[in-house]
This record gives sequence, C-alpha cells and structure tokens, in this order.
Amino acid sequence: MSTRLGNKGRLLNRDRAVSFTFNGKTMRGFEGDTLASALIANDQMLVGRSFKYHRPRGLVASGAEEPNGLVNLGKGGHFEPNQRVTTQDLFDGLEASSQNHWPSLEFDVGAVNAKLGRFMPAGFYYKMFIHPRPMWKHVYEPIIRHAAGLGRAPKDRDADVYEHFYAHVDVMVVGGGIAGLSAALAAGRTGARVLLVEQTTHFGGRAPVDGAQIEGLDGDAWVKDALQVLDTMDNVTVVNRCMGAGVYDHGYALAYECLTDHLSEKDGPRHRLWRIRAKQIVTATGAIERPLSFAGNDVPGVMLASAVRDYAVNFGASVGDRTVVVTNNDDAYRTAIAMVNAGLSVPAIVDARMSAGPLADEAEALGIRVLFGKGIAKVKGGKRVEGVGICDQAGEGAVLEEIDCDAVAMSGGWSPVVHLWSHCGGKLIWDEVQSHFRPDPTRPPLGADGTGFVSTAGIANGAMTTLDCLANGHDAGAAAAALAGATGGAGKAPKGDAPDEAPMMAVWMMPQGAGYKLRSKMWLDYQNDVKVSDVQLAAQEGYESVEHTKRYTTLGMATDQGKLSNINGLAVLSDALGQAIPATGTTTFRPPYTPISLGSIGGEASGELFQPLRKTPIHEWSDENGAYWEPVGQWRRVYTYQNGDESIEDAVNREVKNTRENLGLLDASTLGKLVVKGPDAGKFLDMMYTNMMSTLPIGKCRYGLMCGENGFLSDDGVVARIGEDKWLCHTTTGGADTVHAHMEEWLQTEWWDWDVYVANITEQYAQVAVVGPNARKVLEKLGGMDVSAETLPFMQWADGVIGGFECRAYRISFSGELSYEIAVKASEGAAFWDALFEAGQEFGVMPYGTEALHVLRAEKGFIMIGDETDGTVIPQDLGLSWAISKKKTDFLGKRGQLRSHMVDPNRWKLVGLESVDGSVIPDGAYAVADGVNDNGQRRTQGRITSTYYSANLERGIAMGLVLGGPDRMGEVITFPKTDGTEVQAKIVNAVFYDPAGEKQNV
Amino acid sequence: MSDLAQVTRAAPRGMITLRGDLSSAKMKKAVKDATGQAMPVSGQFLGDGTQGVAWMSPDELLVIVPYDTVADAWALIDKTLAGQHYLAADVSDARAVFSVTGVDAREVLARLCPVDLHANSFTVGQFRRTRLAQVAAAFWMHDTGFDVVCFRSVGDYAEKLLRNAQRGRTVILSKA
Repeated sequence: MSTRLGNKGRLLNRDRAVSFTFNGKTMRGFEGDTLASALIANDQMLVGRSFKYHRPRGLVASGAEEPNGLVNLGKGGHFEPNQRVTTQDLFDGLEASSQNHWPSLEFDVGAVNAKLGRFMPAGFYYKMFIHPRPMWKHVYEPIIRHAAGLGRAPKDRDADVYEHFYAHVDVMVVGGGIAGLSAALAAGRTGARVLLVEQTTHFGGRAPVDGAQIEGLDGDAWVKDALQVLDTMDNVTVVNRCMGAGVYDHGYALAYECLTDHLSEKDGPRHRLWRIRAKQIVTATGAIERPLSFAGNDVPGVMLASAVRDYAVNFGASVGDRTVVVTNNDDAYRTAIAMVNAGLSVPAIVDARMSAGPLADEAEALGIRVLFGKGIAKVKGGKRVEGVGICDQAGEGAVLEEIDCDAVAMSGGWSPVVHLWSHCGGKLIWDEVQSHFRPDPTRPPLGADGTGFVSTAGIANGAMTTLDCLANGHDAGAAAAALAGATGGAGKAPKGDAPDEAPMMAVWMMPQGAGYKLRSKMWLDYQNDVKVSDVQLAAQEGYESVEHTKRYTTLGMATDQGKLSNINGLAVLSDALGQAIPATGTTTFRPPYTPISLGSIGGEASGELFQPLRKTPIHEWSDENGAYWEPVGQWRRVYTYQNGDESIEDAVNREVKNTRENLGLLDASTLGKLVVKGPDAGKFLDMMYTNMMSTLPIGKCRYGLMCGENGFLSDDGVVARIGEDKWLCHTTTGGADTVHAHMEEWLQTEWWDWDVYVANITEQYAQVAVVGPNARKVLEKLGGMDVSAETLPFMQWADGVIGGFECRAYRISFSGELSYEIAVKASEGAAFWDALFEAGQEFGVMPYGTEALHVLRAEKGFIMIGDETDGTVIPQDLGLSWAISKKKTDFLGKRGQLRSHMVDPNRWKLVGLESVDGSVIPDGAYAVADGVNDNGQRRTQGRITSTYYSANLERGIAMGLVLGGPDRMGEVITFPKTDGTEVQAKIVNAVFYDPAGEKQNV
Repeated sequence: MSDLAQVTRAAPRGMITLRGDLSSAKMKKAVKDATGQAMPVSGQFLGDGTQGVAWMSPDELLVIVPYDTVADAWALIDKTLAGQHYLAADVSDARAVFSVTGVDAREVLARLCPVDLHANSFTVGQFRRTRLAQVAAAFWMHDTGFDVVCFRSVGDYAEKLLRNAQRGRTVILSKA
C-alpha cells in the first residue's frame, strides 16, 4: 500500500494539516501537498477508469503530463470536471470525486469492455458503426453518447470570475526551473523587461529533487538565492502558478495564472489570462519522462521513475514499500537510491542495457540488485501491482524470475517539452543519442521580420546536465535580451555539476521480441486505451501518416494530448512501417499546453459584463415606464411599453391605434447619423446611394437606398442636405457603424483623391419621433420654432428651438402620419422627452415601441431592412425603382443590377398579402406552387417577409415576395403552416392604409 | 483585495472631432486658437485637465475644451478654416468620460486594453485609441492618472468594467 513516510517531504509543512474529501471519504494531508501526493499518502492509488475499457487507473506522473489522475473538483457553481490531481495544490476543504465509472470506482460495469478488448481494436468505432446506416442514429450513437466523456458536465452557472491582463515585455521566459531562472537572471541583468512564468507553485524544477549542485550550493539554496536576486530587479516580474499556454504569431503569447485554485478562502478572480506581447520568448519548459512499453504497464502502481522519486522526496509520500525500477538510462537509478535512502526497499533495478554509469555502482553499494539486459515480461495484479515477471530484453518474454513488489518505477528516457517552441512553427530535430525530438535552433518560429522570436533553454533544448542547463539558459536569456534591444551586460552563467552518466538506449518495446499477446497489453495511451498492438494494426492496415494513425487509433487525443504517449507511439509506428523515426515525424503541437478554463478565455465578460449594452438617453425613462425590451444589435430598444399587467399584444395594438388617432412618441435615437462633408461630398453620395443626392436642395430631405457592389440592398435612410458641401445621412440602427465603415472603405481605397470627410455623430443626439394627428399641436404648445406646414413642409428640416431645447426638426415619416423627428443634444434627450410627454397629455400622448413602429410602417407598405431584405434582394424587387436614378452614370450596385439574373422577370417581387380569413400569416411562410423540384420538394412561388396584426385595419396584413407578384393582384395563393393546416392569402397592393398619403402631408 | 485605483465618472467634456489636413498652417492655427496648443503628433495629447488636443489619425484630431465653451471653440475653428476642406463636429454629448487615478491606475486599464501600459512605455502626455474590453475607447495620461473616453451609449458598461477591474491585485506595471 501507499503511505506517508516519516518526517520527509521538502515541500510539506508538517505543522499545517489539512482535511479534504475524495469520493465523499474524508482524508488528511499537509499544506504543500498536491492532491496527488495526498491521495498517495492516503493509500488511494486507484484514481479513475480509462475511457474505452474502463481499466482501473492509478497515478503515473507527478506533473502536467499526468493522464489518469483526473477528478471532478468542487461543487455547485465551483464544480469542474477533469481536474488534474498532480497539479492541484491541496487546501483545506477540497472536495474531489473520481470519474468515468459506474456504479463505483472499485466496481465498474463498463470494465466488461476490457474483456471484449480483443473485439475492440484500433478503428473499432469506424469499422463497427458504419453499417447498417440506420443503426448509427438509433442504436450506436445513443449508446456511445452515454459512454462518452470523462467527467460530468457542470450543471450550475460558473460562480467564479476571471480576468485578462495585457503585458508587453522584452523577454518572456517560460519555465522556472534552473534553466529558466538562469535565463531570467541573464536577461534581467541586461536591463530588459523580463517576465518569468512557472506553471507550478515552486521554482527550481527537478534540480532540487535530483541533487543538483550549483555554485557550490544545493539546488534548493541556489534557487532561493536566484529568486531573491530576481526580486531585487525592478525590470523582472516572476509569476508562479502561471503556465505558458501558447505561443502565437508576432510574439503573442498566452499565460494562464491560477490565482485562487489553491486557496480555501477564495476572493477575486479565479484565473488570470495573461495576453502577452514579447519581443523574445525563451522556452525553458523542461522535459517529460517517457514510460516503457511492457505488458501490464497500466496496472496502478506502475509509475514514472521520476514521479516515484518526486512523491518521496517532495511530499514524503511512498507509492509502496517495494519498488522495482525498470529503465533504459542512468537517471532512474536516482529513484532507486532515493527509495533506499527513504528507508524503503528496491528488490531490483531492471536495466535493459548491458551496463550503466557510476550511479549503478552507487546503487549496488546500497545493496540494490541490478539486472542488466533484462526487461519486464508482465505485471502481476489488477488494481494494484503485486509483482513483476523478469525476462531478457532481447527475447520474447519468457519469464525468468518473478519478483514481488508494490510499485514499478519506469523510465524510458526524457522527451523535451517542445510544445511552445512548436506552436508557432518551430521545427524539431531527432537526437539519436537521447532518442528524443528537440528544437532545431536553426529553424525557430519566425517573426514579422523573418527572424526567430523563440529560443529554448535547458533540457527543453536537450541539455542533459545541470552544467549545460544553466549555461544554456544563461546564453538564451542573454541572447534574447540582446535581440530585444537591451544593451546591459548579462553577467556570467552559474556553474553546475555534471555527473558522469552512461548513454541511454532506445527501448520502444519490452522485451523487443514480444509477441501479440504481450503487445496487446502494452499501453501507450492510458486515458484512451491505445496499445502497441493498436498502432501496429493501424500501420498494417495502411495508415502511414502519423496524423492519420493518431485519429484512427485515438492515440494522444485524450485530455493529456499524448504528453506521455506521442513519442512512444510514433516510435512503434515507425518500427511497423520500417522507417526511421524522423521520417514519421510528430503530430502537430497546438496550444494550450494543458487545458485552460473557458472562464479565463472569456475574462471579465460574464454576468452583466458579458456584452456591452448600448443605452439611449431615454433608456432609463423607458425602463421605469413599462418597457419590454428587445435587443437590436447591442442596443436595447423598447419593443412595447406595457401598462400594468397588459399583455404585449394588447400594448402593441394600443400603441398602433393611438399613434394613428392621437399622438405617439418614439425613441429614434439609435438611428445612425453620419455627417458627410467636402467639395466632393455630393459626388460621393451619388455613388453611395442609388438615387441622386447631389441635387437635393439645402434644407430638404430625401429617402435614399444604399446597395453593395453586387446591387443588393444593404441600407436605407433619410438624407438631409445641411449646407453647400455638407449632408447628414441617416442609417438604420444596425447600419450606423457598417455604413460608416463602408463609406470610409470606399474613400480610403477607391476614391482616396476625393475631398470628403465622414464623421459618425450618431450618439451626439437624442432623436424623438413625434407622430400622429396631434404632433404639430404638442410642438406648438411647447413653443419656439415655426413647425407649420407652410414653414416646415413634408421632407424638409429646420434648426430652431422647441420648448427651450435647441434642436433640429425633420419633417419625415415612417408611419404615414404627420410626423416630426426632432434631434436634441443627447444630454438633453431625457429632459426633452419629459417635456413632450408632459405637454402631450392633453393630446393623448403615448410612447410607442419598435413593434408598433413595424406595424405602422407595414400598414403603409414601407420596407424594413432585414425584413424585406436579406442580402439577396435588390431595390427593383421591392418596387423601389423610383428611387434608382436613371440619370447617373454610375453608383454602387448599378452594374450588379444589370446582370442577367437581376433583370430576370421571374424574380420574386414585393406585394401585399391579405389572409382570406383575416388571420396573421406565420412569418417566413412559403407560398406553394404546383409540382415538385428535382429534389422531390414542393415547388414554391413566394414567401412572407413581414406579417402583423393591424389594429387599425382589424385584420392580419403581410408583405411578401411573390413570383410575378405585382401582375397578379387579386389572385389567392396558399401558405402551408407548420401545424399542417394552410392559410389562403390574396395578393394586394402593399399600401394597406391611406394609399394616397394624405395623412403625412398635412 | 483593495482598490487599485479610483474610478470616477467625470462631468461631460467639450469635444470636437476635427478632420482635415493636419500639416496645413490654417489647421495648426485652428488648433492653437481653440486650445492654445501646437499640433500633436501620433500618439500624443497636448493640454491639461480642462483642454487640449489629441491625435486621432493622420487626418483627425480630438479637440477638448470645457463643455460650456464648445460652441465658441467650434465657431473659432470654422472661422479659421473657412474656405478649407475640413470637417468639425461637436461630439461632446456622444461621449462618456472617466478618470482613473491612483498609483495602480495602469493596472486597471491593463486588464481591459491591449496597450503597453508599463511605466516606462506609457507616460504623461500619451494618447491611445484602443478598446476597453468589447467597446471602442481612448485614453490619455496626465499627472495624476488617466482620462478615458468611450461612446455615451456604453457608458454604463464601461463604468462597470472599470469598477470591476479596479478591484484586484497589483501585477507588474508599477514595479518600474
């Protein structure tokens, strides 16, 4: 069993005990523990089940590469699945539960999959579920859905908050091991602005665990000194619990800082996502130990040698009393020595090589039995290791001897963490001596100037000794600072030791001649259950590309993204394909390095900061007066104002009637307002609009249509001529920014030599539509400028004062009623609205919302951008040919509208539609025609674009695009409804109300 | 956690968008007449807490004057630039203005704006058009902190953003 050792653990604070729960069971740990080390200390080696076969899974690693130790963490709004126990610091009150098992971790029904394992080879899902087709939808897919996923999906809204932080630095150093510290020291001394991030809580990496000697000091002592020196440098920022997550173009990098995940009492943002622009990046990201592929290497208790050592040295946690070490290199001997030094037993070191370096002598001197040229043939035990069978590495796996043990510490060599180097295109080279890929310094990721902006240091760069790591880090830090423009001296590299070690030997399978039976028990990917036999089968079936093999076998596709399995997998694939490993290559390394929270990506954008909400100056009044809001872009506009518990429908009908009979007020502030000024402004607007704007007299208004180059109608609005060289263009609410950008684009790219300036002054004004038979009366009551029909006739504007408010009054109407749109300064908008509302009481004033606006305009047959248009509609479709100038030689869209399909007489055209039964036709309904098309679908001959109940006409009215519509007046067409019934509608003129236009022009 | 800085929604400021040929003598005179300042260069704000001028783009300035005097300033500009090709528009009411002051004011903005706000990089007199989380914004630095402007309609959003970012821990920028 695993347990806590007496008084050991360099990272523990034995004086501070903490309590936590795992699957509801209360356990004890110490401050300084990770959740993983605490679980080991509590004899909880079984932490989960694998994804496919539901095999029992124990901890394998001690860091970010851990594939098995994933738990559900927290509860309620703080619940999160798939949290890695090896990187989770323990805190008092932590609650964790294991994943992917039913009904319990100890007894799991899904484990029957493992018994069927030989029927579930690589590509099983692809092969099995392809035929017969209907089985997929009705049988397979629901079952797989049920089985899929590791952790539970959170059910509650995330209760945490997050933040972003933008940082600009000269040199970013990723990794706070000795190489990273050395790089930061060098870069810091030059005066460069340096940011050093370390993903764990502690600095120094493996050096203090592995007994590195630096400048005559123990690792821990040197790291402490280095951090103190860095702290004195004002130009250096050091952040722990902050993972370099990704490197992107132009020196952009993301770092993911966990601010409160390690705390019992959490306050403030949980994660901070650093969004960094770095002139140079040094990746000192360390290395990951590789597992060895032997049969039964997935039994809980089989771990990486470095992890076994970490748990003992850092946390005083013992995986078992008797640990067999199996290795192909000298480093794993350190684990054996550490175990014996901790008072534990190492029954044997099984070394695949025929000899080893001085560390072997040291081990043997401690009385450890070293077996050269041997391997592990099998692991005894199911949920825990009980022993191993020893074989010759050169043979086929005949067991020579069985050794009882509780743990197996394996080491297949070290793979540099090249992820961040590779994210933005850094290339790798295959190092034959170390049997690993490492960064190719001649092919770094390139910046905008064509030179490299990422360098790498330490074992991440293939440096294998303390001496080399420190020197390497120093050189990288100094070079990066110099490239970033720093001029100060970098000082001298710290000196480290370099113990003599014998070369490692590549071992991709143990024993090398293992037959199928053993190979089908050699796990490559623990989380996704991919074995050596699966990769070999994929190769046999013709999968040659490593990317294809990855997807076919799911190797490296789990949440750990193959940190342990990738290199072993592609070595097996290379062997099966009979080619060298570099010829096979690696899969693509993509950010983030380990998963980061979605919350951190969103940053502050949650809750009321999720999205900006644009408010007009009259927003507050509306909110207090029954507004039922609707989103229009990022604006909130009033859909209707409800009186008490009036229904929305009743409110709209009331507003529609009142505006036609008395007086309505509409907040029209959201409409876009663009000033266009300059000697060429008239010429420019003639290009922008389909109609002629240059001839508009000063003081007058004209309704204009705007099209894109292809001729499709994109926006509309009233244009007013303000002065000799100045126009004001109204746009739709949603079009303000896009029309502004559209104008600027043409001015900056095509007509750069025209003298025109545009400014968006939308928000400078509050604009109120004063609408209805009593509109003039209320304005006259407020007093000020002359708003009579004679002085201010329809489609004119004038500046003046109304009720003491400086304003510009436009005689324009989107309702067919007598109507003024009055613009006042935004800061006076609310007061102006109040004044109108008060003065309007005697005239029956009521505010109205966007739905009443829609009904009123539809009663008049006025089109609405976004209803009658959808990006495929030209003005000619809408009966708007009158607004298309015949005199102009050109305008945007003219050429497009001449194309054959645009002049096709069979284009659907706008008409009014009256349901025969008076009902409201469903929005978007299609009118059917006889017969079916080539796809066997019913033919159609038109569709509804706008449809409302008209309270004024007391019936449903609609507008729609219909084949030959304007020529088919009086004809009845059929609209099927989604409930299976249908509605008949008569084709009529789209102007339902006051066809002569008498009401607006008074 | 304590507040990193003080965030205040400021009284309206007089602002005029002024577009034209920034290199012309008349434009320089118009700026001088309206603000008493010379022509700013890219990224620059010239002025003090009550008035000044900021460089917005190669052909656009933001003229800042006391709110009550914006009509006078506009008239002065119109007078000086009469006959020239230019555009001046009063945008005083189109804006919300905030002041962010205190030792760690930069830390607040660095949570929201993709700008190098390090003390060695962003100094008094600098002006930046940028974004504040999801909305367009601009800010400039004066002796005691920053003035931040955004569109009026998103003033409440911007205020909440700034107040949210105001609560936090110092990270990096004030170290130098």
